[in-house]
Amino acid sequence: MSEKKEYKVIGTRPIRHDGVDKVTGRAIYGADFQITGLLHGRVLRSPHAHARIVSIDTSRAEAHPGVKGVVTAEDLPAAEDKMADLGEGAVSLKYLCDNILASDKALYKGHAIAAVAATSPHIAEEACELIDVEYEVLPPVLEVRQAMESDAPILHENLRTSSLGETGDKPSNIASHFQHKKGDIDKGFDEADVIIEREFVTGTVHQGYIEPHNATALYNPDGQLTVWCSTQGAFTVREQLAEILQYPISKIKVVPLEIGGGFGGKINVYVKPVAALLAKKTGKPVKVLMNRADVFEGTGPTPASYITIKMGATNDGKITAAQTSLVFEAGAYPGSPVGAGAMCVFAPYNIENVVIDGYDVVVNKPKTAPYRAPGATNAAFGTETVVDELAEKLNIDPLEIRLMNGAKEGDRRADGPVYPRIGFIETLEAAKEHPHYASPNGKKYHGRGIASGFWFNIGLESSVTINVNPDGTVNLVEGSTDIGGTRASIAMQAAEVLGIPAESVNPTVVDTNSIGYTAVTGGSRTTYATGYAAYEAAQDVVQQMKARAAKLWDVDEDNVQFADGEFSSINGKEEQISFRDLSARLGETGGPVIGRATMNPAGAGGAFATHVVDVEVDVDTGKVEILRYTATQDAGKAIHPSYVEGQIQGGVVQGIGWALNEEYIYNDEGEMTNASFLDYRMPTCLDLPMIDAVIVEVPNPGHPYGVRGVGEVPIVPPPAAIANAIYDAVGIRMTELPMSPDRLLKAMGKI
Amino acid sequence: MKSFEFFEPTTLAEASSLFAQKHAQLLAGGTDLVIGMKAYTETPETVISLQKIPGLDGITTDNDKSISIGAMTKVRQVELSEDIQQYHTALAEGASEIGSIQIRNLATIGGNIAHASPAADTVAGLLVADAQVDIASADGERSVPINELFTGPGQTVLKPGEIITQFRLLHPASGSHYIKHKIREVMDLAFIGVASAVNMQNGVIKEARIGLAAVAPTPIRATEAENLLSGKTPTPELLAQAGEAAAAATSPISDLRCSAEHRKEMVDVLTRRTLQNALDRV
Repeated sequence: MSEKKEYKVIGTRPIRHDGVDKVTGRAIYGADFQITGLLHGRVLRSPHAHARIVSIDTSRAEAHPGVKGVVTAEDLPAAEDKMADLGEGAVSLKYLCDNILASDKALYKGHAIAAVAATSPHIAEEACELIDVEYEVLPPVLEVRQAMESDAPILHENLRTSSLGETGDKPSNIASHFQHKKGDIDKGFDEADVIIEREFVTGTVHQGYIEPHNATALYNPDGQLTVWCSTQGAFTVREQLAEILQYPISKIKVVPLEIGGGFGGKINVYVKPVAALLAKKTGKPVKVLMNRADVFEGTGPTPASYITIKMGATNDGKITAAQTSLVFEAGAYPGSPVGAGAMCVFAPYNIENVVIDGYDVVVNKPKTAPYRAPGATNAAFGTETVVDELAEKLNIDPLEIRLMNGAKEGDRRADGPVYPRIGFIETLEAAKEHPHYASPNGKKYHGRGIASGFWFNIGLESSVTINVNPDGTVNLVEGSTDIGGTRASIAMQAAEVLGIPAESVNPTVVDTNSIGYTAVTGGSRTTYATGYAAYEAAQDVVQQMKARAAKLWDVDEDNVQFADGEFSSINGKEEQISFRDLSARLGETGGPVIGRATMNPAGAGGAFATHVVDVEVDVDTGKVEILRYTATQDAGKAIHPSYVEGQIQGGVVQGIGWALNEEYIYNDEGEMTNASFLDYRMPTCLDLPMIDAVIVEVPNPGHPYGVRGVGEVPIVPPPAAIANAIYDAVGIRMTELPMSPDRLLKAMGKI
Repeated sequence: MKSFEFFEPTTLAEASSLFAQKHAQLLAGGTDLVIGMKAYTETPETVISLQKIPGLDGITTDNDKSISIGAMTKVRQVELSEDIQQYHTALAEGASEIGSIQIRNLATIGGNIAHASPAADTVAGLLVADAQVDIASADGERSVPINELFTGPGQTVLKPGEIITQFRLLHPASGSHYIKHKIREVMDLAFIGVASAVNMQNGVIKEARIGLAAVAPTPIRATEAENLLSGKTPTPELLAQAGEAAAAATSPISDLRCSAEHRKEMVDVLTRRTLQNALDRV
């Protein structure tokens, strides 16, 4: 373990700055937003999973009393098939626009077709039913293996497979195929004494954020477009609006309101451009809200997948080769997270010989969106189950085989990167030392499972300004949506530098006109990158204030030092002034002080986690009860340990839901039949034990306090850990998610 | 939600005559109806609230331990009633399984039954209590046994204008138990529901009643299994036979929640478990 630094603010647990507003119900969420003259928008959605749109007649809806405007894809600027750059790689503009309002084809049930703005939400709903759409219904394809068949229904006539640098010559649902290679895979398997090869299938799952998507848009006569909304990134919304609407970015202001959960699902836009089109058409502000069914059917879930994993190891436990094929459903348009899955699939292990094939396949489901470590959970379900099976075959403890093969600093991942200092081994050791692992596990139908996981984390751009107030407090201005307590974790990093309490920093998340570019709250980047910017902005404040003290004392600036919230003179004069006292004297020493920093840090540092779970299987009913759960995770440095624990617990809970119950259920027509929280079953707090979150701290060399992102990796191990525990309990290897009572009873031969 | 006309009558007679109209729906607690209206699966032209009619709620116990439950009694009251907990444990347990506490404070037992969902959580408990359902209309009053009330999913013998006023539980059980097969601890619907009630005499099962929900187009009693048990000394083998007989009496469907085979298998398992627990409670 590294040297322990002494901090005053970092590592403490102050009350979050936005806490009172949120618990008293005062925080303004998207649906709460009000403005004079507001109209209400509603989106008409396709009842078919796959259909050609023959015609759309909006005349009856337009004539309906109270209706102020109707829009269809024709109201979007003509989207030639050019590529739009949204900062996270180029995407086809036509695909982007067609997902907002379908132009020629409806590609999933729930695909937006048209939208109405009216004087009340009910009128807008009624008017949607008056829009006459003629469809030519086509057979849908809902599963990747079927979509890859040569005779499968084709979603996009112009889509050609891009495979290892070659482009296919006929229409296909396989958008792309890529490969990562390391070493000599044949040699690796030749060296192995035991080889395990298994197939895995995972279901389509949704992020399940509580707050549905929303947007209120206003077009001013001067051409200024303002959009108030819930989003993980106001600047990302601005970019997407500029591309989809083909509108100058300088004329768009996005105001982020409070967000009721995102988990990756509130990066892509859905109703925001629709609200903008309706606002333009009506000249009035228009609010568009989704209901829960809209959210399930019309926004991006994370993909179902079909995965094969083959791994080989020697009798003494060394993993010599690993090969995988990851086939991910992209949804209706290309762009599944298979690339990220490929980065993570064997990431926890140092394996010499690796081949990873990734396939991105379109199917008649909503275009997938990120969800907490996108792709990594699917992949880890396969890898971690096979590692467990290898350990069993070789009669090695499952933690030991991971310790023997675990990746360390200097090891190279199959997709290229060489690890800096990482903390995977430390998470394994923490799990091994935890009382949970030493506790008895022998009861009938009880089982214990282990699994690990990796997420790479990202850096990207962040901007922070800090305004010093005369009472020694500061206002911290940032552009990062606060989903999981980042106002606090960012403010605390500035407070540490300034030597003031966390409560003396007032963090505010502002609109796109009021702060420098800031990338999304995603990729577990916010406490890392925006926190880093806050650290640098606070350093800037200190530098400027040193100059003020120097002026006050008439000494050279270099002779002023700052420690523990006090400025002092180090040469000659015995002068001292506190941060607070000096902040009252800024006017007389040259005017206000504003610290600023912009960043695009590269050293996000990877996050690793190891989970231990005990389950009890009811062999008569197929129900799996989680008895005990321990999650160890390398947080680098936990700025606010409560929120790190909260992220770990939240990720585990979502992982448990994914493992046991959550899935999109489709009928043969391609209709989702469980588009509600009643039948899309996420676990409640009463379904779970207290989840013991164990924070391991192996500082990230890429951050001044050693921070690593923590939000995503905790969702990665749970499905595999639970599958391994079920095997331990009843001797059945579950290879399909979710491991619902129905599936478990079938696997046990009971039904 | 479609526009509708709303009435709040203060007498049963007024409610009944309004209810005889086409496309009218009764509003009791609203926890089914309002959700359906928001989802456009219910589009009544007229909604008649029963909430202003006095005397339709409350639980009363007579000297002979028979219990009357007003149709407008909140499910939460049924759940917490000490008399129901004692004499009709399965019903109290069924009531406690509905939604969340907030929902149970709104939902009524009359609504839960009149909605006629085969998966209603109070229905298995009422079946094993052998409840009588009292019905009023402009034409007068009548009473039907609960196992004759349902005719299909969402369908009952209630004629236009007829309103359930109360449930009479005439046969207390010395032990009963309800198990809801579900995924989540709370906020879930029954994949199936099984209630068993027994009365014992000198170590022998004097009478047994088994109520099954969500395993047939209507909630049903497993009468063959009941007959098999009566007059016998309970043994694990006997309970297993009863479980099999109960499963044989079902005709479940496969739906998104559960396969038919899974439901049938669960009837077997849960009949055994509820019988054992009912016996343990005697």
